[in-house]
Amino acid sequence: MQWESVIGLEVHLQLATESKIFSGSATTFGAEPNTQASAVDLAMPGMLPVLNEKAVRYAVLFGLGIGAEIGKRSVFDRKNYFYPDSPKGYQISQFLDPIVGRGDFKIQLEDGSTRNIGITRAHLEEDAGKSLHEDFHGQTGIDLNRAGTPLLEIVTEPDFRTAEEAVTYLKELHSLVTYLGISDGNMAEGSMRCDVNISLRPVGSDTLGTRAEIKNVNSFRFVEKAIRYEFNRQADILDDGGTVAQETRLYDAERDETRAMRSKEVANDYRYFPEPDLLPVVIDDAYIEALRGQLPELPRQKRERFASEYDLSPYDAGVLSATRAMADFYENVASACNNPKMAANWVQVELLGRLNREDVEISASPVSPQALSGLIKRILDNSISGKIAKQVFEAMWQGEGSADEIIAARGLKQVSDSGQLESMVDEIIATNTAQVEQYLAADEVRRKKLLGFFVGQIMKLSKGQANPQMVNKLLTEKLV
Amino acid sequence: MAIEQDEIEKIAELARIRIASQQIGEVTQRITEILGMVDQLQAVDTTNIEPMANPLDATQRLRVDEVSEGNQREAFQAIAPAVENGLYLVPKVIE
Repeated sequence: MQWESVIGLEVHLQLATESKIFSGSATTFGAEPNTQASAVDLAMPGMLPVLNEKAVRYAVLFGLGIGAEIGKRSVFDRKNYFYPDSPKGYQISQFLDPIVGRGDFKIQLEDGSTRNIGITRAHLEEDAGKSLHEDFHGQTGIDLNRAGTPLLEIVTEPDFRTAEEAVTYLKELHSLVTYLGISDGNMAEGSMRCDVNISLRPVGSDTLGTRAEIKNVNSFRFVEKAIRYEFNRQADILDDGGTVAQETRLYDAERDETRAMRSKEVANDYRYFPEPDLLPVVIDDAYIEALRGQLPELPRQKRERFASEYDLSPYDAGVLSATRAMADFYENVASACNNPKMAANWVQVELLGRLNREDVEISASPVSPQALSGLIKRILDNSISGKIAKQVFEAMWQGEGSADEIIAARGLKQVSDSGQLESMVDEIIATNTAQVEQYLAADEVRRKKLLGFFVGQIMKLSKGQANPQMVNKLLTEKLV
Repeated sequence: MAIEQDEIEKIAELARIRIASQQIGEVTQRITEILGMVDQLQAVDTTNIEPMANPLDATQRLRVDEVSEGNQREAFQAIAPAVENGLYLVPKVIE
């Protein structure tokens, strides 16, 4: 049977607030265990939650960013379960009346086609602490620093059909939330964690199969791998006439497989009820409109503008607008050198290639936008060839100065002096008589190929500095 | 509305309440009586009435996003049954 996967995602996004959602404890990552856990976070008797305005603001900004309905009256609920990293015995979340309602998210796949992904809802909730199961003589160690960190849980409709679509969504979501500045998007520190719901059905069917939920996948690559693994696992079961169990599974990156979790609760029965310690949150239109006015240009808008204004391919526009830092870098280079195409090429190929290899963020690039545009200008005015430019770029990366300084210090300026070039051409013709004869005896097509040999010799002689167009012209004139 | 004994056992498990086996019958009986009262409430016509999330006629005040709590780990851990390396120790929760 040909199977098709039906996938929905739940993303837990850590909001970039200074303090926790319901207490005044800091949210700094990597602090000593339990040094950022106050009486509220520890669920000491009599402690009451007070809601952080910035968490509300960031949630509304997200809603506006995807054009979703904003819950003008949202309510917090208790989600009841026992686990030691959640000292209250419940998590404060939102169930019936979330702060962000229905919205849409348009993704663009690598082939340039677009898909619309329905956003079911996004709600505010608190994160749990961390359990450490090793090295405590058969006991579990609990760190409550993370308990109470504000999360926005973003839930999609089961609108993905492939792992590629799911990963594209996650990347674009990551891009959106960092543009909005509502999350640092640091995957390694767990700022974006993903639950994947996946079921299979025969291609062409429109009923839903039984789904498995894969919990807490924390990188784009693992989401892709987990989906591929789960697709094969469920297809094998269904092909053998079996049924898929509705269960929660974990993705094990080391073994590249998903495994059923041993259930810690009899069944998911969270017995939600309205949180009596918090009143309904009411947001008025003035608040919403003020935030709408603060929305920056968003990735999708920027991508479309790059494509039309700078005449870039949809793919290039997507890469160059992926983060705000990247987009700003690119636009600075493009306007300084006044050649958006060339700027796109250099930023994407040389700069990004180098940044990725050395694992450096673009914001920390040793080559600044001004420096890079200085280099591009020298290619444009024929001072250096593209090949030499790569050497200059390398030297700039190593901190040897601006393009002009390096070109001068290393004497890399392209030789366009016709007298100088002519003597080089004469020398090569004189020392390669055999090739000259071959060339003269050859037809048009072969001549073109043989010409390359002479150009190569001259480039070698000039250490790559001869102006290639002029060399070509001189050669064809002289080889008659 | 009657409730079965095994449902009481399940709810007790979810709420982490231990009910001695000889008491289960009595608890079941009492909860059935409470549910009878709920049935009575359910009979009230609530069409056009908005569900109430809180009895207070007020809305949530919001806090400015500022760190106002310092590190009080030592004080909190002084009253904890078991701590090590700054962590609270609890019975092992995974097998």
